[in-house]
Order: sequence, then C-alpha cells, then structure tokens
Amino acid sequence: MSPHCLTAHALLDLFKSSKVTPQEVFEDVSARVKLVDAKIHAYIHPAQKPSFAAGAFPIPIGIKDNLCTIGEEITCGSRILKGFRPPYDAAVVEKIKRSGGLIVGVANMDEFAFGSSTESSCYGPTFNPWDLSRVPGGSSGGSAACVAADEAVWALGSDTGGSIRQPASFCGIVGMKPTYGRVSRYGLIAFASSLDQIGPLTKDVTDCALLMNIIAGYDERDSTSVNVPAPDYTKALIKDIKGMTIAIPKEAFVEGLDPEVRKAVEDAVALLRKLGAKIKEVSLPHTPYAVAAYYIVATAEASSNLARFDGVRYGLRVSPKKVRKNALIDMIEETRSQGFGNEAKRRIMLGTYALSSGYYDAYYLRGQKVRTLIKGDFDAVFQDCDAVLTPTSPTTAFKIGEKTSDPLSMYLSDIYTIPANLAGVPALSVPCGFSKQGLPIGLQLTAKAFAEETLLRIAYTYEQNTEWHLTKPAI
Amino acid sequence: MPISSKDVQYIAALARIHIPPEKLDLFCAELGGILKYVEQLQKLNLDDVKPTSHAVPLTDALREDIVRPSLDHQEALKMSVEQKDGCFKVPLVIE
Repeated sequence: MSPHCLTAHALLDLFKSSKVTPQEVFEDVSARVKLVDAKIHAYIHPAQKPSFAAGAFPIPIGIKDNLCTIGEEITCGSRILKGFRPPYDAAVVEKIKRSGGLIVGVANMDEFAFGSSTESSCYGPTFNPWDLSRVPGGSSGGSAACVAADEAVWALGSDTGGSIRQPASFCGIVGMKPTYGRVSRYGLIAFASSLDQIGPLTKDVTDCALLMNIIAGYDERDSTSVNVPAPDYTKALIKDIKGMTIAIPKEAFVEGLDPEVRKAVEDAVALLRKLGAKIKEVSLPHTPYAVAAYYIVATAEASSNLARFDGVRYGLRVSPKKVRKNALIDMIEETRSQGFGNEAKRRIMLGTYALSSGYYDAYYLRGQKVRTLIKGDFDAVFQDCDAVLTPTSPTTAFKIGEKTSDPLSMYLSDIYTIPANLAGVPALSVPCGFSKQGLPIGLQLTAKAFAEETLLRIAYTYEQNTEWHLTKPAI
Repeated sequence: MPISSKDVQYIAALARIHIPPEKLDLFCAELGGILKYVEQLQKLNLDDVKPTSHAVPLTDALREDIVRPSLDHQEALKMSVEQKDGCFKVPLVIE
C-alpha cells in the first residue's frame, strides 16, 4: 500500500523499522495532492516545503485556513484577509512543528467558519471525495476531505458548532472536538470565542489519540485554556467497554432524521450493547432549543470578533469612489462590504441585532440562559452515564448548492453537534456505516468535560469491531 | 418578529456594512426567517435561570506584570495596508 493511504500509527511503525523515510512519505503525499486535488479542492494552496527537522511525529498534516502559520497566507476563506501572512504561529501549529510535523497545505473552509458545507469559501467549494457532486460538510471541509482523499495523513480543524464532527461524518473519518479549554486557541482566528475549539481529523481512532497527545495542554497565552494536565490519550485505546453506560437521548431520533442514518446508528447501538455496554434511554429536554440559542450566542460573538476587520491595519482596504458619510467610515464600510461574503454579512448582522439596544434581553441574554439549561441537561445525564450517543448529522452529505439559498436549512444540519459546543463538553464522530448510495454515516459520542478518554475508548472498541474505517473512496 | 428594511439598514449601519438598496429585500427575508426560528426561545420560562457566558467557569486568568519579549514593532507593521512613521495610516478623520 502506498504511504499516503496509511494511518499515522502505521507510518510510525514503518519509520521505526526504517522501511520508509518521512521525506519519502511527504513526497508520496504531495504527489497524491497533485493527482487528485484538482477534483477535490481540499487545499487552498500547498504549504512551503518543510525542513524535515527531527521530531517524534514526522507526519504529513493539513492545516485549516484559520490557524496562524508563519510563512503561509492565512485568510479564513475570506477576501477580507487575502494576502495576510501571520507574524506568529498558532499554539497548535507550534506544537505540530516541534513534533516534526510536515505541513502539506492550507485546507479550505467556509468563510470565517460560517457554514456546514465549505461552499462559502471565497476560493470556491471543496468536493466530497465519496461523491464529487456533494459537499464535504463544513466548516472544516478541506481538512476532512484532504484526510479522506489521502492528501494528508491527518489534519487540524476547528469546531464552533460541529465544524470538525459534521465534515468527519460526511467524509467517513474520525473527528473530535475536545473539551473547551483543552487545546489552546492562541493563533486561531476567532469565530465565537466561548464555543471555538481546535481538534483532530484522522483516519482512525488511534490517530485521533496520537494527535491529541501533540496538541492538548495548558497554554498561558489563551486565557480560557484550562490548567489541567493532559493525559496520554493512547492509554484510552482499550478494546473493552463492558460495564460502561451509554445514553441514548429520545430527542435525537425525531422527524428530519434520514432513515438510513437512523438504521446505521441503531445498528451501532445494538453492537455496543453486544460488546457489553449498558444502553440507557434518557432525555435531554432542552436540546431542541440548541440551534436557536446557538445562532444567537455564536453570531453575537462573531459580530464582535469580526469588528476588527476594518481595513485599518491589515488585510483588504477598499477606498470608496464617492464620500457617503466621511472618509474613514466609508472606507471601513466599503472594505467590509466587499471583503465579506453573504453568509458572513448575515451572521454579523444577526449578531449585531441580538446585541443591539432593546433586543439584548430578548435575544442574547435568552440565548445564554438556554445555554445554562442545555448544560444542565448534560450534567444530569452524566451523573450515571459515561457517554451520550446520537447521529453526528441528520443526513449524509448533501448536494453542492442544495442548501445555499436557504440559510436556516443549512443551520439545521448542525442540530446534533451544537449542544456539545454550548455545554463545552467533548464530542467525537466515528464512521458507522454507508448509505445505499455509498455515502459515509457517522455516529457521535459526547462525554463530560475532560473525559475525552471515555470517547476514545468507546469509539476504539466500536471501530475495532467494525470495518467502516477501512473503506476508501474511489476518486 | 418580522424585520423591516429600515431595521436591516439600521443594523447594517451599526455593523459598518453597506447593503445596496437592491439587496435589502433579500436580507430582510433571510434575517426575518432566522429570527422567526429563534422566536421559539420565547416559549421557555427563563426567569430563574442564570446566563452562561462560558462553559468552563474560569475567572481572573492573570499573570505577573513582568515585561517580556513580544512581537517586534516592524514585524507587527509588516502586514499593514499603509504605514507612516511607524504607525498604521488611515484616511483623514477630521477635516
């Protein structure tokens, strides 16, 4: 098998026995990119050639276009940041470089991570490796597609409402959003600061644990980073779930759930039961309100975070042809109007509305209170359950263009993933089947804060008893 | 709650985004649709519920006030659109 098809742990074994060198693997992956990326468009551009400095994990990796990386153009998929070359490395990029990581390219994403399909990127969409007429999911669609298409061995993405897990599910790979505060956000271009979290997209659960070992840990440069020592996540790769209790929320199996997704997830539940897990039906009564609360809280934070893009310091600056108000304000308005795409404008305006005088109590404050209820629902369930199991997405990958004219239907594709961001808890998507059309289906596991090891253990046990993760798309 | 084109213009001005007149109806319809969906939050009784601004209860992430190396001045200005005398240059604010 060519090196580009392998997982990181398989490659590490080959390095140990000197069967292949990191440079050979990098060249093989780069050749793969040249061969297939014209079809997939997972990358915005290739990264500068790595130095092949010594390190324990010389693994080819894709980096999402919102992670600051010295020497690369990093734009968040937006015209407004075209030409921006960060003067510093994000904490995770620093860690990847220190571990010997080989950055292959900068992966495509929805503009400012606003989307679930990677269609709102100013560079055009990424295509799903399993069916080129479909979206890869989003917003980390490029990161998921590059891993699924073997254009990287693993990738980093960010997840504000499902942006790692939903594309992982659509592309048939593993994706995890760690606990809020587990991975430093220093150098991540912010969308919604109280929800954003960086995490791994990998070919299997073992790689997910390995990549977590590299990126997790306290960082004083991120004031929300939590000072709790990071464990060795590979110790959680235990093929045994006997005695663990997995909760199935009744709210998850409702109208709008694709019957094929339902069937695959129910089959997975049956298998987990057979493997010794106790299955318990529970209720998360406020999760039906999660999407509404999220689109208030997240857009409010986004409107504030994106106020910094004003043409004053860096990025795009557009001087207006004629003066409407005054030279400075006109320049700011013109820059933002031409620099942001439609979805960014919609979200900035929605957030501005939710925070504006007279509407703050009715929207933003209510959104934050519902967040308390959703967190409370999880706290109650985790009293006597180890994890919550749901589908990752209500459908398989949808067609390119199918939801672009209806923003609300796009928002609803994150119905299962959003609650974990609001509650700050970790969640992981693992492949659990294919539709009749051959599209991947993912199941989501959610655990209490800092219990990533529980997710890895259950997902690993499930994966080792199934073969979904071994199937590759024909590109 | 329906949203008028006047509301959209007002929010756009607050957000420093210029919406051309021909696009006002579209933004009205789209934002109106989302706000209508969000209205379901009004059904909940939230009188005794405290708001959550952060999932992890962290406060006062402070460090000792010690000067240490940071981004070099020239390095910080390298990406500027326009600069003069070591500062970012913007259009004239006061005539």
